[in-house]
Amino acid sequence: MKISPSKEHLFNLFFLIITFFAAFLIIFLLFGIFLILFKESFPAMQRFGFLNFILSSSWDPVKELFGGAIPLFGTLITSFLALIVAVPIALGIAVFITEVAPKAFKEIIGMAIELLAAIPSIIYGMWGLFTLAPLQAKYVEPFLQKTLGKLPLLGKLFSGTPLGIDLFTASLILSIMIIPFTASVARDAFQIVPSVLKESAYGIGATKWEVIKDVVFPYCKLGILGGIGLSLGRALGETMAVAFVLGNLNQFPTSLFSATATVTVKLANEFTEAEKDIHLAALFYLAFLLFLMSFTILALGKYFTERIKTK
Amino acid sequence: MKGILFLFLIFLGILVSCKGKEEKSIPAGKTLNGAGATFPYPLYSTWAGAYYKETGIKVNYQSIGSGGGIRQIAERTVDFGASDMALKPEEVEEKKLLQFPAVVGGVVVAVNLPETGEKKLVLDGEALCKIYLGEIKSWSDAKLKALNPDFNLPDKPITPVYRSDGSGTTAIFTHYLSDVCKNWAKEVGYGTSVSFKTGLGAKGNEGVANYVKRTPYSLGYVEYAYAVQNKMQVADMKNAKGKVVSPSVEAFKEAASSAELNPEKHFYAWMTNAPGERAWPIAGATYILLAREKVETNKEVVKFFDWAYKKGDNVALQLHYVPLPEEVKEKIRNYWKSQGLY
Repeated sequence: MKISPSKEHLFNLFFLIITFFAAFLIIFLLFGIFLILFKESFPAMQRFGFLNFILSSSWDPVKELFGGAIPLFGTLITSFLALIVAVPIALGIAVFITEVAPKAFKEIIGMAIELLAAIPSIIYGMWGLFTLAPLQAKYVEPFLQKTLGKLPLLGKLFSGTPLGIDLFTASLILSIMIIPFTASVARDAFQIVPSVLKESAYGIGATKWEVIKDVVFPYCKLGILGGIGLSLGRALGETMAVAFVLGNLNQFPTSLFSATATVTVKLANEFTEAEKDIHLAALFYLAFLLFLMSFTILALGKYFTERIKTK
Repeated sequence: MKGILFLFLIFLGILVSCKGKEEKSIPAGKTLNGAGATFPYPLYSTWAGAYYKETGIKVNYQSIGSGGGIRQIAERTVDFGASDMALKPEEVEEKKLLQFPAVVGGVVVAVNLPETGEKKLVLDGEALCKIYLGEIKSWSDAKLKALNPDFNLPDKPITPVYRSDGSGTTAIFTHYLSDVCKNWAKEVGYGTSVSFKTGLGAKGNEGVANYVKRTPYSLGYVEYAYAVQNKMQVADMKNAKGKVVSPSVEAFKEAASSAELNPEKHFYAWMTNAPGERAWPIAGATYILLAREKVETNKEVVKFFDWAYKKGDNVALQLHYVPLPEEVKEKIRNYWKSQGLY
């Protein structure tokens, strides 16, 4: 092969260089954001330290006392509750699509899931505030208080005034938002299961339920975990949908019907008016911690989904 | 290869033509850039539109929040900053700024009491403070009953609503509570965002208005304009003189004229708990900040606000803001003169 510095060759080189830069831009951006967050939050790190900041629940711009315990906890608890609701439903959807549904149905449901994932979060927030919250306050929450609220111990979860603007509603909206993610990752995982395994199970007389329980699920354990990790990453960072219905109170929730705060909502609310430098630094510190949290969870999720593919 | 070049040329062509259009639409005139408080945004942008028609000078105002406005002018990235909270005189000196008030606004207490009908609820500072501290939990509390003897107040829990985003409205409201209530001053204090002890936080005036409207037995503080536009139930207040007043532009004006606006202190003043007979107790001014060394630009900014003081009062009233009293405007003009800007 003779290499001549022809036009085509130069163009080819040029093209490759462009792709190289495009790819490296991403890494550069990621690293840059990390550095900026670290730099901007440095004054707060110096003043409050790490453990102190994570464990302190005061957030008082007037006295310049900042601690991230409540928003960090609020972020975790809303995401966790959302997962509890979303994962079973999402798995149900995935099983139905891969194992049960006739072909025509598959397409329709698949489409609906994609559309659900495409709705911007601000729309979820508005719908939550104007439609879901009033319904919760009028019907769902009083009903739960009358029934489950009467139980010993568990009843504590349903105490308080049902206003519809609380942990419960916020988690419910989050769960609706992450169902599509979990469902689509789980679906992809289920489709990788070798037909041979399934056929053999049917061959020895297993029912559909037994095949799903004993063949499909064990085979896809890691894939499902990965899907949950990706959804969790999405739930942790959700801002607009939660800002409308969580109540933004800097307090630990005492029941499902109490207001609390999350990291992202706090950032959205206070960034514009933070006039003290330490206030701004504390907000950056929260952002930095959230960045680390999301990054860790996403990395774990990715690790599991990769593991399943190379099995 | 040719295709890509061709596309590139088209792209360049579009860029050039866009630029051409832009330059055509801006007449030979200056542009002033301001940023800051959200509360006066509708007013400043309306003023700016009228001013542009008259003079051909563009005033761009971005409502990014008071904190942002202070930060931007301190870093000299804008021509003027706007803040709902006056900077203390020493802070103005330290950042080498100038500061003067632009317009006054009132904060009112919106309530949602399905039982009241046409009658107006009466509140005072102490009651408000106790509600927001979580000490008064029910509408049937003795303190509220004493303020409203002819009311049949329900035995329902009160849900106080506050602004979750930092805002000048919160600064004015919490400053008033600090004025009238020792516990509040000690435990919470005042500022654009404070650490509320109980209730629900909503984003923006529209958020608070919405929460109060939708939650029976709640109450919240909003700017007067929002309460008027949303036709909300508004409580009357007992002022510093012990008189019960309804919120109105006159009552805000009285509060504004009783405030000690001193040019020596760069007009740093609070209008809360004003001593006037008919004064509304929760009012405050929104301020403009200038960079001291930018004399030429400042002259232009001052021209714009001088024009607004002369011709913008009606617009302000239409949008439910309160124009500054004439004597205050004179004080501000003298302040400008002393700085060689007027």
